[in-house]
Amino acid sequence: MSYDVINHEYDVVVVGAGGSGLRAAVGLSEAGLKTACVSKVFPTRSHTAAAQGGISAALGNMCEDDWRWHMYDTVKGADWLGDQDAIEFLCKEAPQAVIELEKYGVPFSRTEEGKIYQRPFGGMTKNYGNGVVQRTCAAADRTGHAILHTLYGQALKRDTEFFIEYFALDLIMENGKCQGIIAWNLQDGTIHRFRSKMVILATGGYGRAYFSATSAHTCTGDGGGMVLRAGLPLQDMEFVQFHPTGIYGAGCLITEGSRGEGGFLVNSEGERFMERYAPSAKDLASRDVVSRSMTVEINEGRGVGKNKDHIFLHLNHLDSKILKERLPGISESAKVFAGVDVTKEPIPVLPTVHYNMGGIPTNYFGEVLSKDANGSDTIVDGLMAVGEAACVSVHGANRLGSNSLIDLVVFGKAAAVRAAEKVKPNSKHEDISDAETQKCLDRFDKMRNADGDTPTSVLRDKMQRTMQSKCAVFRTDKTLREGLNEIQEPWQGLNNISIKDRSLIFNTDLVEALEFDNLIRQSQVTVASAENRKESRGAHSREDFKERDDNNWMKHTLAWHEDGKVKLNYRDVHNYTLTNDVQYFPPKARVY
Amino acid sequence: MVQFNLPKNSKIKKGNYFKSVSESKNIKKVNVYRWNPDKDANPRVDTYEVDMDNCGPMVLDALIKIKNEIDSTLTFRRSCREGICGSCAMNIDGSNTLACTKSAREIKGEININPLPHMPVIKDLVPNLKQLYKQYQSVEPWMQSNKSSNGSEGLQTIEDRSKLDGLYECILCACCSTSCPSYWWNGDKYLGPAVLLQAYRWIIDSRDEERQKRLKKVADELKLFRCHTIMNCTNACPKGLNPAKAIGSIKKMLVTEKSA
Repeated sequence: MSYDVINHEYDVVVVGAGGSGLRAAVGLSEAGLKTACVSKVFPTRSHTAAAQGGISAALGNMCEDDWRWHMYDTVKGADWLGDQDAIEFLCKEAPQAVIELEKYGVPFSRTEEGKIYQRPFGGMTKNYGNGVVQRTCAAADRTGHAILHTLYGQALKRDTEFFIEYFALDLIMENGKCQGIIAWNLQDGTIHRFRSKMVILATGGYGRAYFSATSAHTCTGDGGGMVLRAGLPLQDMEFVQFHPTGIYGAGCLITEGSRGEGGFLVNSEGERFMERYAPSAKDLASRDVVSRSMTVEINEGRGVGKNKDHIFLHLNHLDSKILKERLPGISESAKVFAGVDVTKEPIPVLPTVHYNMGGIPTNYFGEVLSKDANGSDTIVDGLMAVGEAACVSVHGANRLGSNSLIDLVVFGKAAAVRAAEKVKPNSKHEDISDAETQKCLDRFDKMRNADGDTPTSVLRDKMQRTMQSKCAVFRTDKTLREGLNEIQEPWQGLNNISIKDRSLIFNTDLVEALEFDNLIRQSQVTVASAENRKESRGAHSREDFKERDDNNWMKHTLAWHEDGKVKLNYRDVHNYTLTNDVQYFPPKARVY
Repeated sequence: MVQFNLPKNSKIKKGNYFKSVSESKNIKKVNVYRWNPDKDANPRVDTYEVDMDNCGPMVLDALIKIKNEIDSTLTFRRSCREGICGSCAMNIDGSNTLACTKSAREIKGEININPLPHMPVIKDLVPNLKQLYKQYQSVEPWMQSNKSSNGSEGLQTIEDRSKLDGLYECILCACCSTSCPSYWWNGDKYLGPAVLLQAYRWIIDSRDEERQKRLKKVADELKLFRCHTIMNCTNACPKGLNPAKAIGSIKKMLVTEKSA
């Protein structure tokens, strides 16, 4: 069947309208570029809304602070896999980025002096690891919600053109250059071709590759899927963050800010076990450390509950006024999803998939990178990526809590600035053939009319259970090889998928199948990258290679996906800073 | 005698019945509004038997179970599944709420699910909310201030900041506006509780300098005063907010603030 294609021409197309996509769109509109923001959900439905605890920046409102301390903490949190030039950029720009958000109207909580309130968070320290610092700027425990709604307002103020409930299908690549995207309007079923001189992917993470994730149903890494189909690599995909405190069963997030405000974890013996694993930071060690410690407690029989399979988070010793003012959102979540009154009882929690450190490789301007035949980094013309979809890499092997919201706004802005330098407003678009468009629509049409035996839900379930059991907090050669093998089944299953809804209008049966296509590719790449990396670093914890191995593995993994096969290569970790304002932090043992 | 014709597609027919294949004794009937824009047929209500022993606790869990296991054509919006994104607002058991935070077990008897009332339906449980989004934009939901920043943060007292509590938490799910009879009849002109609450969120923000302009903008017989304090909005809000109170505060400010 042939589809009528509606053509659009823009200077820049942003795909995704969460925190980073909106911040980029705001900057692009300000720069006078004709900008389209394409999103599969209404902007305030994006998953940035679910971020709770806060946004990090060395404002120093509560105590002395320095962006260099923030940088050191981020480098250490990343287990030295982060690129230090990019981390310097992030931490240095962070205070101004937060002040800008305040000017935009974000309703931050306040100190007695009327300044932005900052709370302690995991891994955030003063003076290079010597004591706790209060660096995480908060709007109660709804910081992401507050930022997302504020940024949407700023985009409206600048008359950004939104294409809402448009599902992006594929990049249009010609001669190695990105020329735009193809998208499907769910509301009326039409197909759209957006030509642009720059595409900025801000599509978020792929948490739904796993069975239990704090991520929304819509976190299906659509940008990562598009990039893999375009023959480009993803980076550091083996690094998947488990958040220590997802609500047992439901998987909903309980912010790390709850421990920042004084909450702590206990095992079945009533012991505050984090004191054993992280004598100095205790419950505020970085997330990979806390999630591993919890998993060890459970594996050694000290889990709580009927099946001894989870851990308790106590907040009931905290002043109820603090709970009401600073943690109202999670108090409500605990009530609704665990039936717990946090002023009286502990919350049952479990490490839950939360964030993808890996993603589309970029430099600190947001430009997408690949590698040429000689092994040198190359910039992919016409393509940028920001936010969780990207891997800059500032989070390396493990992201610190509250560093993702700051990543969104700092690099969202940086990408807009870079695009404005590179793209001349209203310049003419190159002529391109229809071949790429046709290839994309062939895939779409094949999926739409698929009449196999297996519904998407069955394939998705198989994928999610495989990822959850074979590529989780602790990994071994055995589990990862089994994972590599088992993940083939849902991939092969794509050939025999069953779609019942044939319509073009709001066909969520088809949307879920297309999202599965994006997820399964990234799952394969994730397991293959994990199997290949024979060391433990940050969130990638190998029981058969327990130590970090800087001699052999101080490098980024690059992974390509070709017909269900994964091809791997590497990139150097940047062992230099951006300026002389700070010196490179050489690797050392990571102790909290 | 005057004869009235009901609008097209307003008569709802009995639809298909999907019997459970499970042996479970704990079966709940879920009746769901269905309408397919590709067909000329009237809407119908399909009934699904759901095995609640093997289903999550919330109404959204039941809908997802139906879509995964019984009928993949069933169409609804959902995303965060924890009450923060506002996607899955619908009419459940006679009230507008979020499917993801509404307990299925607490509903006695059969579960009746309809799209948010009085909005055009795109498909099944998916309403078209374009009008509400446009009205949201019309209240200029962004900070308006000419204070020079000098690169430092703006200050706000704890007390002034606390005036935003109960307002900034709004997730734009539209449960309130679509439960309001005034909005049903005059939705093209009356801004409705969700948008008025958002308007008030900026009016009352001590950092914003355009309070008078904002008040003038909404001080209109239709935009604001179509609120007749029916209070359905406050009853409906799944986040426990009070749009009726926000509207009352705007009305009061119009009287007490002289220059408005």
